Amino acid sequence: MSSHCPDARHVAALTLLLAIALLSACEREQRRFQAPAQQPERNAFDTNEGKRLFRWFNCNGCHGTGGGGAYGPALSDERWRYGHTLDDIVATIRDGRPNGMPAFGGRLRDDQLRQLAAYVRSLSGQLHTDVAPSRNDAITSGEPESRRARQATRPDPAVSGARP
Amino acid sequence: MHRSPGNVSCHGKRVVAPKRCPSARSRLLRAGALSLSLALAGLPAQSADDASAVPAQEWPSAARDTANTRYAPLTDIDAHNAARLKEVFRFSTGVQRGHEAAPIVGGGMMFVVTPFPNVVYGFALVPGSVAPRWTYAPEPARASQGVACCDVVNRGAAYADGRVFFNTLDGQTIALDAASGRQLWRTQLGDISRGETITMAPLVVKDRVLVGNSGGELGVRGWIAALDAASGRTLWRAYSTGPDADVLIGPAFRPFYASDRGKDLGVRSWPPDAWRIGGGTVWGFLSYDPELDLVYHGTANPGPWNPEQRPGDNKWTAGIFARRPSTGEAIWFYQWSPHDLHDYDGVNENVLVDLAIGGRVRKVLLHADRNGYLYVVDRASGEVLSADAFTYINTTRGVDLDSGRLRYDPTKEPSVGKTVRDICPASPGGKDWQPSAWSPRTQRLYLPQQNLCQDAMTSTVSHIPGTPFVGADLTIKPGPGGYRGEFAAWDPVARRKAWSIRERFPVWSGALVTAGDVAFYGTMDGWFKAVDARSGVPLWQFQCGSGVIGQPVSYRGVDGKQYVAVLSGVGGWPGAIVAGDLDARDPTAGGGFANAMRDLPAASPKGGTLHVFALP
Repeated sequence: MSSHCPDARHVAALTLLLAIALLSACEREQRRFQAPAQQPERNAFDTNEGKRLFRWFNCNGCHGTGGGGAYGPALSDERWRYGHTLDDIVATIRDGRPNGMPAFGGRLRDDQLRQLAAYVRSLSGQLHTDVAPSRNDAITSGEPESRRARQATRPDPAVSGARP
Repeated sequence: MHRSPGNVSCHGKRVVAPKRCPSARSRLLRAGALSLSLALAGLPAQSADDASAVPAQEWPSAARDTANTRYAPLTDIDAHNAARLKEVFRFSTGVQRGHEAAPIVGGGMMFVVTPFPNVVYGFALVPGSVAPRWTYAPEPARASQGVACCDVVNRGAAYADGRVFFNTLDGQTIALDAASGRQLWRTQLGDISRGETITMAPLVVKDRVLVGNSGGELGVRGWIAALDAASGRTLWRAYSTGPDADVLIGPAFRPFYASDRGKDLGVRSWPPDAWRIGGGTVWGFLSYDPELDLVYHGTANPGPWNPEQRPGDNKWTAGIFARRPSTGEAIWFYQWSPHDLHDYDGVNENVLVDLAIGGRVRKVLLHADRNGYLYVVDRASGEVLSADAFTYINTTRGVDLDSGRLRYDPTKEPSVGKTVRDICPASPGGKDWQPSAWSPRTQRLYLPQQNLCQDAMTSTVSHIPGTPFVGADLTIKPGPGGYRGEFAAWDPVARRKAWSIRERFPVWSGALVTAGDVAFYGTMDGWFKAVDARSGVPLWQFQCGSGVIGQPVSYRGVDGKQYVAVLSGVGGWPGAIVAGDLDARDPTAGGGFANAMRDLPAASPKGGTLHVFALP
């Protein structure tokens, strides 16, 4: 008689374990497997993704396919209006800047912003050669990013009111 | 004699364009009676707007008269004394970008609009000089700089009845009191968040200020609007794409060619909804014929540049409209470049002249298009009377005068993922915005030109409002012969160049011609030049410090003397390598133009200056 109780407990415990297993499996299927882009500048995959984003979001139209500049300033030289660090560039792309740089924050995820910013740094030779992209799907646009000489970085004093 | 080093005749061109001459001859035969037309060429040809309608002391709109002649009826300066010209006044504008404006003269004042931030200077004309009287700063949105494709230029103001009208890069039209610089009204017309800017010079016709937008590289929809000169209220707006109701096409619309007839072609000649972002902006100079009561304006390139994303004729882009100024309704249209393949905007100026052609005097307009052809068009009907190459062309093989269609060469057609080499002329065309001048005395059209080809590769591009909608990577380079610019005198009756001067850089300045038979133009390495309008012989030159891409003007001062004024200050599309500090190690920089201008930074520094010249 009393043996029913342990049985019921076992069933309940088994059910619970099964439910936990099922639920955790569900959770696992929802987990995103991708590079965290914590250090995109040390990761060739991330910088190459950044290169794709550079064209997909029309960055090339304003800044030149090889970063030489057009409507917007060159990204391949030593001058930086709003700072040259990865975080500076992420902020520039995400929030925009007052002299014409649009805000892409609503269009790109944080990891994509970091990939794109890492690629932007490759245009002036800031990344290691084994990380920077070396191939182009477009017409020749200067030296491959992996072969560019590292440019010194300095603020651009020519732009009045450059600081937001 | 330094006479016409680049003297180009039909036969002289055979080396580079073997097919051009025979086809030109056959067209001549079809048009008939060449000898008769030559015999009649001595007849006095006139511009539509009688030059005497504008007082000799004024230059009230960019092209001086509404016929767009840029002809000054002044004779003090001539071929004998031009060498003695001296700079009598100079004024630094304080702006470092490309200065494409014409100094405007009216009501005893001169008005200069700078590139962004579009500061307006009012100068009083005083004996022997000019003097600054007032400054007006419209403070346009700084973000507008990011949606200006080709430097942050402005092509100048217009003066009428004591008011000065001009446009700002962020899409406003503003009216000022000419004497005081006080703002009378300002109207917001464009939206920079959609990529719209305004760079053109307005034209005042019958108390209406006519204005059109820029932004053909950013997926905008082109339009021209008429504002009430007194209040700034918008009276009408005509779009270059979309349903007939938006284009202001109604029962009065009578295009000459069958391909332009049919309902809602501005929708049906596009993939679904592509017309909403299809370009056709109106950023060139406008003309007006008071007798026919017609305004003429070009429409710019279709967007995106990648033509495979927009199958169809893409009406009404890369063409010309004749419209009634009172209502805006379209009277006729002609498409210079149907389904444009190479960014050949159709906005180059239309110069209204009456010419003896085929034995009778015809009201025509002269139009030197980016596609490299100089068109003579009947301006009442829209019929193309002739279209002749004025530069080296390999993208097309002439214009079929029966259908009006441009004949494309399929080997130069862009295809996604394929590099197409040696496209001539390059995207800036045989001639870009830089306006020509017409002399009724010499019967010549003075053409500032470039000589450029390009390699191109197209790609699929997404439309993101406020970002470039182009889908083409270019690298531009010098055309056959290695020189990049030219200043030529074109004879529209004989349909050939009378003389031509080759220049190292593209001639990106406007042209001016005077009744003293002197023609003026500037070069991107800073020279402002005077040449004999009849022979092309150089007479005088002055080093301005920075490249000249502005529009020279001439007027009579309060002291009765003839003056010539021009803005220097390099920039614009070819000068962006200097004005925008581009890095030419990337040959696609500046839309590929930086590649052709690598030696410009060494030849011209930045900086805008107004120069005024006179005889001592």
